[in-house]
Amino acid sequence: MIKFENVIKEFGKVPVLRGFNLHIRKGETISLVGTSGAGKSVTLKHMVRLLTPTTGDVLIDGTRINDLNGEELGKIRSRFGYLFQSAALLQWLTVYENVALPLRENTRMSEKEIHKKVDAVLQKVGLEDAAEKLPASISGGMQKRAGLARAVVTEPDILLYDEPTSGLDPVTSRTIDELIHKLQKDLGVTSVVVTHDMISALTISDRIAMLHQGEVVEVTPPNEFLHSKNEIVRGFLDSQCIHTEFFEDFPERILK
Amino acid sequence: MITREPYYCPECTSMFARWGYKGLSFCQQVGQALLVALRAIVYIPLMFSKRNRHEVWYQLFFTGIKSLPVISVVALFTGMIFAVQTGIELARFGQEVQVGGAVTVVMLREMGPFMTGLIIAASVGSSISAQLGTMTVSEEIAALEIMSIDPIRFLVMPRMIALLVMMPLLTLYTDLLAVAGGAIIGVTQLGVEVQAYLDNAVLYAELKDLYTGLFKALCFGFIICAVACHEGFTTTGGAVGVGKATRSTVVISFLVILVTGFILTKMFYN
Ligand SMILES: Nc1ncnc2c1ncn2[C@@H]1O[C@H](COP(=O)(O)OP(=O)(O)OP(=O)(O)O)[C@@H](O)[C@H]1O
Ligand SMILES: [Mg+2]
Repeated sequence: MIKFENVIKEFGKVPVLRGFNLHIRKGETISLVGTSGAGKSVTLKHMVRLLTPTTGDVLIDGTRINDLNGEELGKIRSRFGYLFQSAALLQWLTVYENVALPLRENTRMSEKEIHKKVDAVLQKVGLEDAAEKLPASISGGMQKRAGLARAVVTEPDILLYDEPTSGLDPVTSRTIDELIHKLQKDLGVTSVVVTHDMISALTISDRIAMLHQGEVVEVTPPNEFLHSKNEIVRGFLDSQCIHTEFFEDFPERILK
Repeated sequence: MITREPYYCPECTSMFARWGYKGLSFCQQVGQALLVALRAIVYIPLMFSKRNRHEVWYQLFFTGIKSLPVISVVALFTGMIFAVQTGIELARFGQEVQVGGAVTVVMLREMGPFMTGLIIAASVGSSISAQLGTMTVSEEIAALEIMSIDPIRFLVMPRMIALLVMMPLLTLYTDLLAVAGGAIIGVTQLGVEVQAYLDNAVLYAELKDLYTGLFKALCFGFIICAVACHEGFTTTGGAVGVGKATRSTVVISFLVILVTGFILTKMFYN
């Protein structure tokens, strides 16, 4: 569904992605993990063409998006929901209006239908009490959840999450994990989750991709990921004190 | 597409090559700014649609009504200062009565649009670029684009309308207040009757002066919007970047307003 073919990305002279290859299948949840600065956010931005590869191709369902423009690009983008690392809510609109914005702008739904839908989504992310607040007056974690609500409200078929659980407490993090998992199971959306949270990655993913210095060093299902011999993967797991025997009955224990 | 990567100048050893790239980059920037502004104008027919109406009204209010206090004070005092200075000279020839014509013609032709342009560039222009700049660095513009909401329609068009409508109106207001300020000085300091002051003003001022002045104001509004939005959309580098964008908005609009004002004057009065 989403395919990176030998993508090289340089900002000026600084290489960020160096020969990036990844094939994301339809309907799967894939986690991108890696150290800070590995190029995870940059990878996500390539999928919606906020960035263009210096060389190489990005394909969405076989369509090369490198130099799409105008309406065609709009059509591709409307299939995506994107949760930004910084949430990127419009500061002068309330949480409710932020979530309602894509519906008001891009659909012909009536105010009443919009109201119903937004309320339901806000309930799902646990923000029903903050609906009338401005983004500046809610916490970072709440902004993240509002951003998440805005990303999913249009029911896109591909969801890109940039660190959905960073800055959230463990309990809320698991709620968000469940939400991502549920969206994938119920609606069959394709999800790409960038995360530092290994518990989250191991619970929700069908596959985990390890990024290191702009390259994919390993792409495997969670149980194989845990047993990986790759040094970089091991270092990453050990640093979070995650041991193989710890996760025998994964992920059933955590996801209901 | 509004979100773009910054233009990286290739490393060149030759000085001329570097200048060449700088020149190219400059032309590119001017082109982009014009494109954004023109596309905003193409969107203007959508101003009454339900999703844009509210923002358009708000921008009209923000640009027009909120600028009234500062513009009032500046306009009144500009007229008064001008009347005092010309009054001193005119008094030497016993021609104090001419002060009405002098103030009115100067305000209508040049100082009205010019003062209004500078004030609006410094207040509204800087605020536009600070807001759009902050939105750019916090990825809000990118988020809009991914939601298939064109930032030009959503953000630039209402501001463009506000500036195009309000600049001529505010200029007219500046002209009137400045003439009133001149009258105050004329009556209290120079001993000119109000009626004589007004008669003299009408005698010298032509309708053409008013029209060209208002047309200039319209052009200045366009310039301020184009510069401010371009600077906002190309902001990089966090809070420092927003500061830089705001500063260059004010500086660049001042310069472009001055030069354009000169060219238009040459065109109309030559
Ligand atoms: N617009 C840009 N201009 C220049 N360099 C950039 C830009 N965006 C990203 N980079 C560089 O690309 C590298 C990877 O950035 P990226 O944001 O993808 O990291 P990340 O893996 O998401 O890290 P984190 O976990 O901290 O979010 C960084 O070294 C950064 O300096
Ligand atoms: Mg990141």
